[in-house]
Amino acid sequence: MKKSVVYILALFLTGSFMSCNNSENSKRGDLGALASSAAEKVYVAPGEHDEFYAFISGGFSGQLSVYGLPSGRLLKVIPVFSQDAEKAWGYNEETKPMLNTSHGFIPWDDAHHPDISQTNGKLDGRWVFINGNNTPRIAKIDLTTFETTEIIEVPNSAGNHSSSFVTENTEYVVAGTRFSVPVPQRDMPIKEYKGNFKGALTFISVEPEEGHMDIKFQLMMPGFDYDLAHPGRGKSHGWFFFSTYNTEEANTLMEVNSSQNDKDFIAAVNWKKIEEYVNNGGGKTMPANYAHNIYDDETHTATSIMKKEVLTVDPLEVPGAVFLLPTPKSPHGCDVDPSGEYIVGNGKLSADLTVHSYTKMMAAIENEKFDGEAYGIPILKFEDVLAGTVKQAGLGPLHTEFDGEGNAYTSFFISSEVVKWNMDTREVIDRKPCYYSVGHVMIPGGNSADPFGKYVLAMNKITKDRYLPTGPEVTHSAQLYDITGEKMELLLDFPTIGEPHYAAGIPADIIKPNSKKIYRLEENKHKHATLNNGDARVERDGNEVHVYMTMIRSHFTPDNIEGIKVGDKVYFHVTNHEQDYDVPHGISMIGANTSELLIMPGQTETFVWEPKQPGVWPFYCTDFCSALHQEMQGYVRVSPASSNIDLSWSLGED
Amino acid sequence: MKATIKLFVLTIFIAGFTACGNSNEAKVENVSANSEQASEERQGQAFVKDDVSEPTVLDIAIQSKNHKTLVAAVQAAKLENALVNAGPLMVFAPTDEAFNALPDGTVEDLLKPENENKLSHILKHHVTPGKYDKEFLKKFKKLGQASDLNVPVEVKGEDVYVGGAKIIASVPAGNGIVHVIDKVIIPQN
Repeated sequence: MKKSVVYILALFLTGSFMSCNNSENSKRGDLGALASSAAEKVYVAPGEHDEFYAFISGGFSGQLSVYGLPSGRLLKVIPVFSQDAEKAWGYNEETKPMLNTSHGFIPWDDAHHPDISQTNGKLDGRWVFINGNNTPRIAKIDLTTFETTEIIEVPNSAGNHSSSFVTENTEYVVAGTRFSVPVPQRDMPIKEYKGNFKGALTFISVEPEEGHMDIKFQLMMPGFDYDLAHPGRGKSHGWFFFSTYNTEEANTLMEVNSSQNDKDFIAAVNWKKIEEYVNNGGGKTMPANYAHNIYDDETHTATSIMKKEVLTVDPLEVPGAVFLLPTPKSPHGCDVDPSGEYIVGNGKLSADLTVHSYTKMMAAIENEKFDGEAYGIPILKFEDVLAGTVKQAGLGPLHTEFDGEGNAYTSFFISSEVVKWNMDTREVIDRKPCYYSVGHVMIPGGNSADPFGKYVLAMNKITKDRYLPTGPEVTHSAQLYDITGEKMELLLDFPTIGEPHYAAGIPADIIKPNSKKIYRLEENKHKHATLNNGDARVERDGNEVHVYMTMIRSHFTPDNIEGIKVGDKVYFHVTNHEQDYDVPHGISMIGANTSELLIMPGQTETFVWEPKQPGVWPFYCTDFCSALHQEMQGYVRVSPASSNIDLSWSLGED
Repeated sequence: MKATIKLFVLTIFIAGFTACGNSNEAKVENVSANSEQASEERQGQAFVKDDVSEPTVLDIAIQSKNHKTLVAAVQAAKLENALVNAGPLMVFAPTDEAFNALPDGTVEDLLKPENENKLSHILKHHVTPGKYDKEFLKKFKKLGQASDLNVPVEVKGEDVYVGGAKIIASVPAGNGIVHVIDKVIIPQN
C-alpha cells in the first residue's frame, strides 16, 4: 500500500512537471529561495569578497553607502553632505570647510544620484559624483580613500535634482536645476514666474588628473522643472538629455497645474557645440557667489574658496545646440541605452514608456521637422523622433536601466514592480513585484556603454511589514534580482540607510586594487602635524592653546597636561603615528562640544575643547585599537581663569 | 490514514493541473512548501496586516455593500497592490447597479481570465493619480487616467460628471479618495 502511494505520487508529480510549458527557471523565480539556489547565489563565504560594489545614495541622510553585491553587506557609510559623528566629518576642524556654502555652514543635504566616472564610455572607478539637492552642490568621492574630497556649489540652481551624471570620458559632471528661479535671484512676486524664471543646466568640467571640478558654463533654459538627465554615448556622445515637467510653468498646486500638458519635453543639448562656442569666447559672465571646497590628502585639510562669477549661455545664441523632444506625462527618468541610440522617457503619470531614437532625432533636426518652439527653442515633432512605445507596461514608470544584452529594466512605482522589456521589439518579457513601491533601479554599469548585466537592484520607498518592526519609522530597502535568465529571480531583500534614491554599481576588481591602506607619515603636510614624538608640545597664544599630540599603541604623547585655564580655547591637533593597515585611533575629551576624532594611520585631525570648569579632566582613545586600548588615556588639569600655573606636559614622568 | 493520503494525492493532482493552465505562475508550492510560500499575487502591500491606519481606497471598496462587482473585478485584474500604493489615488467606483446596467454578459465576459488585460484597462480608466474632493474637481476640464486616456469633467448645477458618470458620494481614504459613480466609464478605445 505504502509503496503504491509513493508510486502514484511520483507519477502525478512527474506528470505535472512534464505537462507544463513553463521552464524550470520561471518556477524557481516564483518560488524564491525554497525551490532555487537563491540563497547560494547571494552567499559570500566568510573571508570572501563580493563581486560588485554598490554605491547607494542615503537620500535625506546626506550620505553615500557602500554595499557589497550580491551579499547586500554594508561596507561603509561615507559622509558627504552631512556631519558624521562616527568619522568626525564636519565636526573636526579639517573637514568643516567642506560643508561651507554661500549660505554659510550647511551640515546637511539631500543626497540623490551617485554616478561613477568613465573613460571611453566604460566605468573607470576613479570617483563617484553625487548631488546635494537642497542647497545645490555636487560632491566628488575619491575611490582610493572612499572619502569626499571635493564639493562645488551650483549657483542659479534650486533643487539640484537633474544631477550628477557624467559624460563618457568624464569631461563633465552635469547638474540640472529642478526648480526654476529668478536669475539673478531678486525680490519679485511669485506669480510673475512664467516667462521670467530660468532653469540652469550646469556643465561642470572635471580635470582629468585629480578630478578637480570647475563650472564651465550654465545653459539658461526656459523656466521648466528639470527632473533627471543622462548623457549620450557612442554615436550620441556630445549630447545630453534632460527630462522636464511643469512645462506649464505653474508656481502653485503643482500636482494639478503641472500635469495639464499631455506632453512635456526631453531637452536634447549638444554640449560639444556649446563647449566650442564657449571656447571661442561665447557666453556671458555674470556675478555669482558659490563655494568650492577641496580636501587635500597630504595636508589632510579642506579649504573653501568663494567663487564670484559664472559663465552663462543663452540657448538662442547657439543655434542647433538645443532641441525639445515631446514626451508624454511628466517624464521622470531620462535614460540612454548602452548603444546611445535610444532615449527612454519614463512618463511618471503614464502607463506607457516612450522610446525616442537618436538617429530619428538627428534626421528630424536635419530636415527641420519642427512642431513650433518654446521661447525660441525648436520643438521636434513627436512622431518624427519616436522609436516606439512600450504599451501598458505598468503604472508609474520612473527609471530604466540596461543589461547590455538588448534588454531594459524599468521600475514602476504605483504598480510596484520591475519590468523587463526588449529594446528593439519593445515587448514586455517579464515582470516581478517589488516590496514595496520601487523608486530607482540599478544595474552595475547601467549608465555606461558597457553594463554588467548580472543583477538589477531595486530600491524601495516603502517596506511596512517586510522586516521586524521598529516603531513608526521603518527602513527603506533594496532588492536584488538575478537577471541572467529569461525571467528575473528575486534573490535578496536588505535594509538601507536613509532613502536610497539611486545607485551606481561597479565590479569590485576595478576599484579594489586601488584602495588605500594607510597615509604615509612622511607625506603628512598638515600644518599642525607632529611627526616626531620629541615635537609633541603645548603652546599658548593668548587664550588659544594648541596641543600637538601624537598617538600610537597604546598611549598619547603627552598624556598629562597642566596650565589650561577656564576660558581657553584648546585645539587638540592629533597625529596617528601608526603605519599599519586598519589601526586607527580615536580621541575624545570630556565636555568637548564636538564629536570624537577617528584618525587613520599617518593622519592628523583637530578638535576644539573649551573647558568651562576647573578640575582634572580625562581624555581617552575611542577606537578599540589594541590589547592595551583601555590604558590609552590621559588627564588635562584645568585651573581657574585667574590662575598663574604655567603650561606643562609630559608622558611617563613622576 | 487512508483519507489523509487521498487528500494529499488530490492536492498534488490539482496543483499539477493548475500549474499547467497558467503560463506565468508556478503553483507547486502545495508539494514543497505549503505554508512558507504564498503565490505572488497574494503578496504585496494589499496583504499587509494593518488595523490602525486610515483605510485605503481598496479597503473602502471592499467594505462597501454596493461595490461587490468592482471588488471582484479588481481581484480578477490583480490590481489590489496598485490600489494600496502611496498614491495618491482617486478611484471612481461604479456601483453594482452601474455594472448591472451594462449589456447582459458584459461583466461575466470581462471576468474571464483571458480578458484580464481588457478588464485591467477599463479599471485603470477609473483611476487618477491625485486626490481631489468633488468641489475641487470642478476646477478641471479633464482628468488624465491611469489608462493613459483622458476623461472629461463636466459640472451640471451642483453635480459633477466624470467621463459621463455622476459622482453620487465621496469617501476620503488614507491613500486617496473614492468617488462613487452611477455609471461605468467605458474607454473610447
